[in-house]
Amino acid sequence: MNDNLIIAGKSYSSRLLVGTGKYKDFAETQAAVEASGAEIITIAIRRSNIGQNPNEPSLLEILPPSKYTLLPNTAGCYTADDAVRTLRLARELLDGHTLAKLEVLGDPQSLYPNVVETIAAAKTLVAEGFQVMVYTSDDPIIAKQLEDIGCVAIMPLASLIGSGMGILNPWNLQLLMERVQVPVIVDAGVGTASDAAIAMELGCDGVLMNTAIAAAQNPVLMAGAMKKAVEAGREAYLAGRMPKKLYSASPSSPTAGIISSVRS
Amino acid sequence: MITVSINGEPRQFPQAISIAAFIEEMGLTGKRIALERNGEIVPRSTFATQQLADGDRLEVVVAVGGG
Repeated sequence: MNDNLIIAGKSYSSRLLVGTGKYKDFAETQAAVEASGAEIITIAIRRSNIGQNPNEPSLLEILPPSKYTLLPNTAGCYTADDAVRTLRLARELLDGHTLAKLEVLGDPQSLYPNVVETIAAAKTLVAEGFQVMVYTSDDPIIAKQLEDIGCVAIMPLASLIGSGMGILNPWNLQLLMERVQVPVIVDAGVGTASDAAIAMELGCDGVLMNTAIAAAQNPVLMAGAMKKAVEAGREAYLAGRMPKKLYSASPSSPTAGIISSVRS
Repeated sequence: MITVSINGEPRQFPQAISIAAFIEEMGLTGKRIALERNGEIVPRSTFATQQLADGDRLEVVVAVGGG
């Protein structure tokens, strides 16, 4: 069955997108990304440590753009201006690569998105030719506005970044998905495999996570678990679950032909 | 003598130099970096021809792990 995820016209067989932060070293990053099966991986753009460790390997040597679709993000930006500048630098760094993750945060405690700044940045970036995958709240009206601006994927939080609290408001995610045509990817909040499966069972097109894998006791094992959970959740969604009911008068085994101690 | 801000830190150079020469002096030649000067991207293709000027603010960035 061909059930690929299509983002901005490009087809991906994996519906799990992973971040590359918070790992203990590059070897662990590489092993976890590999085990996740992810094809799209997020990276951050940061000031170079000038004059320090000139021979330090770079992230792009272990996760080369030839093998992965890199998704530079604007994590840590609190204004539209900073987010736009960061992605312009990313585009230059990655030789004109235009697919990017926009994220403009509201405050450093919650890391909740600032949707006003996010919308402003999205308008500028789309006008400059970026293909914007946008991190946002689970507000369906804002999501629709971001789609109308031209974002190529809407990425609502399921709970706060790094919280591992799981899918706190499945109803809002459903409202959002009803209004948006572009792929909807849950970004933030997944804590363990069942959370990823729930997001996919709801009908989300994909899941993006970082901390749930990187902060697991065994990140590489968790990366594999997340791969299976996303696949399982997707298949369950496509299969269509049975209706829930309090009890059933229809047992799984035939009601006819049961042996009986009572002669009739 | 010119003074240039690099990633927020002031740095002095005896004379105006090209951005390519600056990158070499910083040990960044051949590294995958991107450079912003006074808020504007400096395309890699122009590194050899652009000169640093006194008071320039440079941001030099790399890709790192992140979510």
